[in-house]
Amino acid sequence: MSAVALDSVSVSAGGKTIVDGVSLVVERGEWVSVLGPNGAGKTTLLRVLAGTIGFRGEATLEGRPVASLRRREAARLVAVVPQTPVVPAAMTVAEYALLGRTPHLAPLAQEGAEDRAAAAAALARLDLEEFAARELGSLSGGELQRAVIARALAQEAPILLLDEPTTALDIGHQQQVLELVDGLRREEGLTVVAAMHDLTLASQYGERIVLVDRGRIVAEGAAEEVLTAERLEKLYGARVRVVGEGRELVVIPVRST
Amino acid sequence: MTAAREHELPVVTAPRVGVPWTLVALAVLLGAVLVGLVVGPVPIGVGEIARSALARLPFLHVSSPLDGAQDAIVWELRLPRVVLGGLVGGMLALAGASYQGIFRNPLADPYLLGVAAGAGLGATLMIVNGASDGSLFLPLAAFAGGVVAVAAAYLIGRSVGGRTTSTLILAGVTVAAFFTAVQMFVQQRGIGTLNEVYTWLLGGLSTAGWRDVATILPYVVISAVVLLLHRRTLDVLAVGDEEARSLGIDVTRVRLLLVAAATLGTAAAVAVSGLIGFVGIVVPHLVRLVVSSSYRVIMPLSIVVGASFLVLADVIARTILSPAELPIGVVTAFVGAPFFALVLRTTRSSG
Repeated sequence: MSAVALDSVSVSAGGKTIVDGVSLVVERGEWVSVLGPNGAGKTTLLRVLAGTIGFRGEATLEGRPVASLRRREAARLVAVVPQTPVVPAAMTVAEYALLGRTPHLAPLAQEGAEDRAAAAAALARLDLEEFAARELGSLSGGELQRAVIARALAQEAPILLLDEPTTALDIGHQQQVLELVDGLRREEGLTVVAAMHDLTLASQYGERIVLVDRGRIVAEGAAEEVLTAERLEKLYGARVRVVGEGRELVVIPVRST
Repeated sequence: MTAAREHELPVVTAPRVGVPWTLVALAVLLGAVLVGLVVGPVPIGVGEIARSALARLPFLHVSSPLDGAQDAIVWELRLPRVVLGGLVGGMLALAGASYQGIFRNPLADPYLLGVAAGAGLGATLMIVNGASDGSLFLPLAAFAGGVVAVAAAYLIGRSVGGRTTSTLILAGVTVAAFFTAVQMFVQQRGIGTLNEVYTWLLGGLSTAGWRDVATILPYVVISAVVLLLHRRTLDVLAVGDEEARSLGIDVTRVRLLLVAAATLGTAAAVAVSGLIGFVGIVVPHLVRLVVSSSYRVIMPLSIVVGASFLVLADVIARTILSPAELPIGVVTAFVGAPFFALVLRTTRSSG
């Protein structure tokens, strides 16, 4: 059984088609990087997987149709690390991680010992022990991103969705966060679907690249096959040169003079 | 997991009101109730009231030191007034805290959202059409008016498109102004009941009796229970609709349920006490500033602090110009408006 299966999925809003007949299968334990220009529909595609937006077509998570899942059930299968999380500044890191336990609590119940242990383990996994009592508003960008991932981890969902997880980070923190997620994937057997902006990082971490444009998948496969200069020039309207091989690709913008 | 690893695990606790703050809040409430019972034109001491209370219990054989008139003043005038003030204050503060969480808006409050004005119109229509003060249906009519008002404020705020703090509040103020205008018209036209409406509007708690307490108690209890059961949900809503959904919350359903519950409680309060502003914004913010920003702390403490605040405000209202009475809304606004300006400043400066 695949972790994620989409069959001819479309999303429209305001008379505009944002996702247009996408079919995609992600196997358990796989890391798939979704790439594409701004407005290509990457975030909306992730929202379909998270079950937070209506769509046409068929979508299943761990073999269960998304449309038939209740909110709690969907949240037990999929955890989301949003692109720009809403940060309640006065909330502590520990309280924030505990929010990840929401789908596991009985309706209207408070967290029990098991939930506190899961949140504590998630914080420890992300080296946030010393930050447990700190308020979110006092964290740096990299620390905050780790807190968001800790919340997602406390959710204990088998599928992790990342929406441009490294956009706000410097190169050191980008690497740190992606290494961490990849480690979690290997150790906990998570399935990762990540919308990415950075083509080089996407090819380094994604076992498979899915290139989207105007709501459609235009190419899919290993980085080397998908990220060709010709295709990128057409898609992004940029003049680039791709160097390297395998999963060590570097995309270099070429100046016109 | 090894023992060493376990030793390193951080302490994670869910936010809740600790014992110290519970004791502080209850002490403040007890103090406010005693002040409410003792202060008045007829001097009656705390000791006498306590003995009179014991005398009412069976099998203790304590004789009351109060004569018939004093006894009636304490048990039929002052106590129901204190209890009603406590119910109304606690309810308005809890409703304010809830609206702030539901709309993720620090300025939300039953008055600024137009709920109170809508409830006022609903109640006025009932009175003009012959319902007696204290009728069980008064809170329901107020509820209907309140629901229409909050729905209008929300829809107008959303249609303007702004997701900012001020859009919803501006819409609420607009709705409140409109409903107040309609209410004035209805009130002036029904000249025969003008007096009754005025007494009710400004009356505050001056006509409070046990009957009023009985009128609103069921609504207040239902509203408070529903809201308090969702105190953790409001903490989850703090991360916004999309993330709350991805954490498993059915945001639309929860928001509808909680708006209905908060509006029912507000309407019940307005139905017996008339228009009392600022409790819903001053009290939750005070708790937020001093104790914690978690709704699991703000909501229960707001009830207790709101009750104390209104009981004390009522004492001021009935003593400062004695023997005349100041409308209690004047007292709460006098304290609340400057505080509101302060809240506005802090929310503005933090974006």
